[in-house]
Amino acid sequence: MNSSTAAITPAPAKTKRKSSFLSRWDAPIAGYLFISPWLIGFLALTAYPLFLSLYYSFTNYTLMQPIEWIGTRNYEKIFTADPKFISSVKVTFTYVLASVPLKLIAALLVAMILAKAVRGISAYRTAIYFPSLIGGSIGVSLLWRNIFGVDGIFNNIIGVFGFEGKGWITSPDSALSTLVLLTVWQFGSTMVIFLAGLKQIPSDLYEASSVDGANKVVQFFRITLPMLSPILYFNLIMAVIGAFQMFTSAFVITNGGPMNTTYVYAMYLYERAFSRYELGYASALAWIMLLMIIAATILISISSKYWVFYESDTGRGKRK
Amino acid sequence: MTLKRWNPVIRHIFMILFSFIMVYPVLWWIGASLKDSTELGSPGIFPKVLKWSNFTNGWNAIPGHTFTDFYLNTFGLEIAVIIVTLISCTLVAFGFARLDFPLKNFWFSILMLTLMMPAQVLIIPQYALFHQLGWVNTYLPFIVPHTLASGAGGTFFVFLLIQFIRGLPKELDEAAKIDGCSWFGIYWRVVIPLTLPAVVTVMIFCFLWNWDDFLGHLLYINTVDKYTVGLALRMINDSQSAAEWGQLLAMSLVSVLPATLIFMFLQKYFVEGIATSGIKG
Repeated sequence: MNSSTAAITPAPAKTKRKSSFLSRWDAPIAGYLFISPWLIGFLALTAYPLFLSLYYSFTNYTLMQPIEWIGTRNYEKIFTADPKFISSVKVTFTYVLASVPLKLIAALLVAMILAKAVRGISAYRTAIYFPSLIGGSIGVSLLWRNIFGVDGIFNNIIGVFGFEGKGWITSPDSALSTLVLLTVWQFGSTMVIFLAGLKQIPSDLYEASSVDGANKVVQFFRITLPMLSPILYFNLIMAVIGAFQMFTSAFVITNGGPMNTTYVYAMYLYERAFSRYELGYASALAWIMLLMIIAATILISISSKYWVFYESDTGRGKRK
Repeated sequence: MTLKRWNPVIRHIFMILFSFIMVYPVLWWIGASLKDSTELGSPGIFPKVLKWSNFTNGWNAIPGHTFTDFYLNTFGLEIAVIIVTLISCTLVAFGFARLDFPLKNFWFSILMLTLMMPAQVLIIPQYALFHQLGWVNTYLPFIVPHTLASGAGGTFFVFLLIQFIRGLPKELDEAAKIDGCSWFGIYWRVVIPLTLPAVVTVMIFCFLWNWDDFLGHLLYINTVDKYTVGLALRMINDSQSAAEWGQLLAMSLVSVLPATLIFMFLQKYFVEGIATSGIKG
């Protein structure tokens, strides 16, 4: 009797437990197998190099000589005896502070105009998006160099209106502006994101507010901007991070000149690391860059408490 | 009232003018690629005489090589990078979107953090690493990171695919599981076929970002026989005098053609990809 129940009942329980055991443990192993490419990539190509570069930044590492620990000497030199560091930081900040707001404002304005258009919207969107598709390429940088050169068409066009031309790229007070203009010209991809965001704003908000007597300006500041602010926030952070790393156009169009007015931080990093092979010193520069970007991101996210507006679950916004 | 009626007209006139200003540099560029260098200062779009030799001479402007070599190099690199990216990123995204494993949320937040990681902070230690492995002047510094879901845009692609796979109904997995499908079977037979639109978006951006990864090419490719199109353009730019601007503009124009063609034929994937993920073009 006993033995027969023992023989009959535990058997299904055993298989059941076995399968649940398998399904419980199957997923973790399988999960780690599936994410293993990224996990290995993260450990070997992001985390390890990050610590490695921190270590390098305290050494005099070059690819040729044996590594020697020199403490904080790289950092001391950067902050006290490196005029190129100071000037490249200034150039980079000027570039970030000019290009990012201009790009976002242009994207927002044009998105608002386009959102109202019924006909032809896809044609306009294509025309405006296209520059941001090709703008990062070296080909467009070369085009820019030609357009804003002394004999370029920009001088000829403004000449028609009676303005005097000059070498926009070769003159120190306008070279950086041509690079900013190239960046702003590529506002199309940001605009497409804003356009998608604008379409998400429920139209009854506008209807209700105009019944209450709100004009367009009030509607913009009380409805459009708050409803769009999470997207604006995201785009602001991505644009700032991107602008800090600007390299190709400064390298190809102006090569840092004239008189270092377009010598951005990334170019200085590149020159120290790969022209002079001072990898230790350049690693210190890279870490300072990382800290500057982190500081900028933190500043933006602290400020976001005051201007970013999140929709609550009920569908209407609430200031957080 | 009359002003209201005219509003759309004014808006359209403004938009047409504005769109024209936006694409004018590109239109001029197309014309300029066929212009004689004496005519390059003129803002007109159409050249007086069509100088096709800008293209033929530009194509052979680098002694010992033609642009055919550089395009073959670049496309070869692109194909390899796209294939490994698709395999690795879909596997990783499936793991994050569909499986439960210990520390999943931890790894996912790390993934989100690395989304914002500025690539330039890592180039020095990565260069040192690849240098020690003897990979400089090969394409391995591009292919291996992409195999590990890193490299230009890798984390972005994983994120985009996770978002997409999370939107697929989970009942499909359950049904397949009851039918005896393994996790890999669910990935390969159920999820991947449904993920194809997102896969196309990933392919497009992987192609574009690697095409424009100028700094990477500059660092890791040293000999002309391995040059990509971007490096070849820079070489002509550095070596030639202003007299050959026509050739340089012609070759630059050809270099943006692949991106343009992809955009023309796959536009809907672009706009969806940008709008849903906030990806940059």
